Amino acid sequence: MENEKENKGILIYAEITREGTLAPVVLELANTAYDLAQKLGGEEISAVLITKTGNIEYIKNELRNNGFDKVYIIQDDRLRDYSTELYSKIAIDLVRQVKPSIFLIGATTQGRDIAPRISSTLNTGLTADCTGLDINEKGQLAATRPTFGGNLMATILCKNLPQMASVRPKVLKKASEPRVKDTQFIDFPSNIDGIDKKVEIVEFIKNFQAASGPRIDEAEIIVAGGKGLKSPDGFKLLEELAQVLGAAVGASRPCVDAGWADHAIQVGQTGKTVMPKLYIACAISGAIQHTVGMSGSEKIIAINKDPKAPIFGVADIGIVGDVYEVVPELIKMLKG
Amino acid sequence: MKVALCIKQVPDTADIKWTENNTIQREGVESVINPFDMYAIETAVRLKENFKDVHITVLSMGPPQAQDILKRAISMGVDEGFLVSDKKFAGADTVATSRTLATAIKEKVKDVDLIICGQFATDGDTAQTGPSIAQQLNFPQVTYVKEIVDYKDGFLTVKREVEDGIEIIRTTLPAVLCMLKCDYEPRRPLINGFVKAQNAQINMYNAEDIKLQPEQVGIKGSPTYVSRAFRPEQKQGGDVITPETPQKGAEIIKEKLKEFEIVK
Repeated sequence: MENEKENKGILIYAEITREGTLAPVVLELANTAYDLAQKLGGEEISAVLITKTGNIEYIKNELRNNGFDKVYIIQDDRLRDYSTELYSKIAIDLVRQVKPSIFLIGATTQGRDIAPRISSTLNTGLTADCTGLDINEKGQLAATRPTFGGNLMATILCKNLPQMASVRPKVLKKASEPRVKDTQFIDFPSNIDGIDKKVEIVEFIKNFQAASGPRIDEAEIIVAGGKGLKSPDGFKLLEELAQVLGAAVGASRPCVDAGWADHAIQVGQTGKTVMPKLYIACAISGAIQHTVGMSGSEKIIAINKDPKAPIFGVADIGIVGDVYEVVPELIKMLKG
Repeated sequence: MKVALCIKQVPDTADIKWTENNTIQREGVESVINPFDMYAIETAVRLKENFKDVHITVLSMGPPQAQDILKRAISMGVDEGFLVSDKKFAGADTVATSRTLATAIKEKVKDVDLIICGQFATDGDTAQTGPSIAQQLNFPQVTYVKEIVDYKDGFLTVKREVEDGIEIIRTTLPAVLCMLKCDYEPRRPLINGFVKAQNAQINMYNAEDIKLQPEQVGIKGSPTYVSRAFRPEQKQGGDVITPETPQKGAEIIKEKLKEFEIVK
C-alpha cells in the first residue's frame, strides 16, 4: 500500500477525444463522484487532464460547471495523440503525488487501455465496467458490476489505494443542473523527456458510419437488425428508420458474419454492449449472445415473425410481424 | 520470433444454470475457449504461416482440466503448450492473474518477442489481463487489435479498431497484442493436428516452479475481493401482440414511442 493514511479525495480521468473535446463520460463520472464525495463527508473532486498544447478554455468551463474542485493539467506537444506509454506514465506520476482514495476512469477504448496499466503499476484494484458505485459503512468504494455475461452481479471492494473503477459511457447520468465551482487549475509537469516511444499511430481512417448519425456507443436510440432480415437490403430500411428517429444502426452477429453489416456496429458478446434509452430489435431472434449486449437498454421494442422468439422475453413490447411490412408503415407514420 | 499465446477456459455463458441458492451452478456446465482467444489463436497461427521462424507456445492459468483447451490450440497449429496450475491461484483477480501469467512467460518462454491475448474474457469481461501483463513485463501494448498487417525490420504493424475508426499502429517488439473478433474465422482443428494434440506433452507448473510466493498469487495476491454476489433482477417480458395488419403493428409501436417520450 502506498501511504494509506494520506490518501483522500476522488480523482477522475478527464479523457480528451481525438477531436480535442472532453469525453462525455467524464461529466457522468463527475455527477456520481459528487454523491460519493458527499457520503465521504465532503471530500474533494479533482481531474487529471492530459492533452496537447493549445486553448482549452471550453473544456475548463465544462469542468468548472460540473463540480470539480481541482484540475491538474498536463499540456505538451508530444501529447497530440493518445499514447499508452506517455499518458499512463503521466497519470501514474500524478496519482503518486496527489494520492486520491478513489480514481475513476471512463470505460472507453482509451480508458480500458490505460486503466489496467495504471492499476497494475500501483498494485491496486480496478473494478471494470461498473453499473453502480457507492460508499459502504466502512467508507470503502463498493463497486457493482455484471459478470458471466450479465448473469451475475458482483459488488467488489479494494484492499489497496487508490480504489480504482471504470464505468462505461451512458451508464451514469451527468448532472441535470450546472454545479458551478471555483475550480483551481494546476499545471503539472509532463516529465516525458527521454521516453523512447515504442508504439506509433501510422494512419487513422475515420469510420464512415461515425460520420453520419450518432455513434452506436453514444446513441440514445438504436435500431438493430438480425438474420431474420435475410438480406443486406434490410439494413437500408433500418437506416431509414434510424434517420427518422435520430438513432444509430446496430446488428447481431450473424449479419456481421454474413457481411451485411460492419463489426463496428455488432451488438452482443463479441461486439459492443449498449445501454440506450430505446433499443428496437428487428428480426433478431434474441440468442443470449446478443441479449447480453443489449438487455441493459432502458426500453426494448421487438419485431419478429416468430411469436416464440426469445427476444420477446426481454422486450417491453413485442410485435409479431414482418419487419419489411411493419417498418415501412412506421416510417410513413413518423414522417407524416 | 517467439510467440506466447494466453488463453482462458470459460463457462459457456449461454449455458448458465442456477442452483436453488441463487448461485451459479458450475458443475456440468460446458467449458469452452474464451471466444476472443480463438481469434488470438488464429492470428498467431496465421503469423506462423506467413513469416519464417515463428514458434508459438500457448499457456493458460487454470485447473488441470484446462489442458483440454491447450490441446485444442495445438490441434489448430500451435507448437506447444503448458498450464500454470496451483490451488494457491484460486480467487485471483486481474492483478494477481496477470502477475502469474507474466512470470510464467518470463520463466518458461524465455526471450519472448510477442504475447497475444484475447481482448476480453466472456466470464469476467474486464479487458484488463492483457494490458496488465504488458505492464508487468514493461512491454508496450496494442489493444483492440483486428489483424496483424505486417512484420518487417523488427516492427510489427497492426490494425486496431477504436470507437471512431481504424488505426494502423506500428510497434517495436517485444509487445503485447489484445485481439478483438477478427474479419476471419478461427480454423477448425486439422486432422494431423488432432494427432499432434493427442501426443502433445502439456507441462504443468505450480507457483513454486515459476518462483512466485504464496502472497503474490490467488486471493492473497489480489487487491480486490468480491463482497457480495447476487442475481440481477430479471426483466419480465412485456406484451407480445400479433396485429391484424402491418399498419396496426406500426401504430402500436408509434404509441409506445410516445409513451417512452421518444416522439411527440
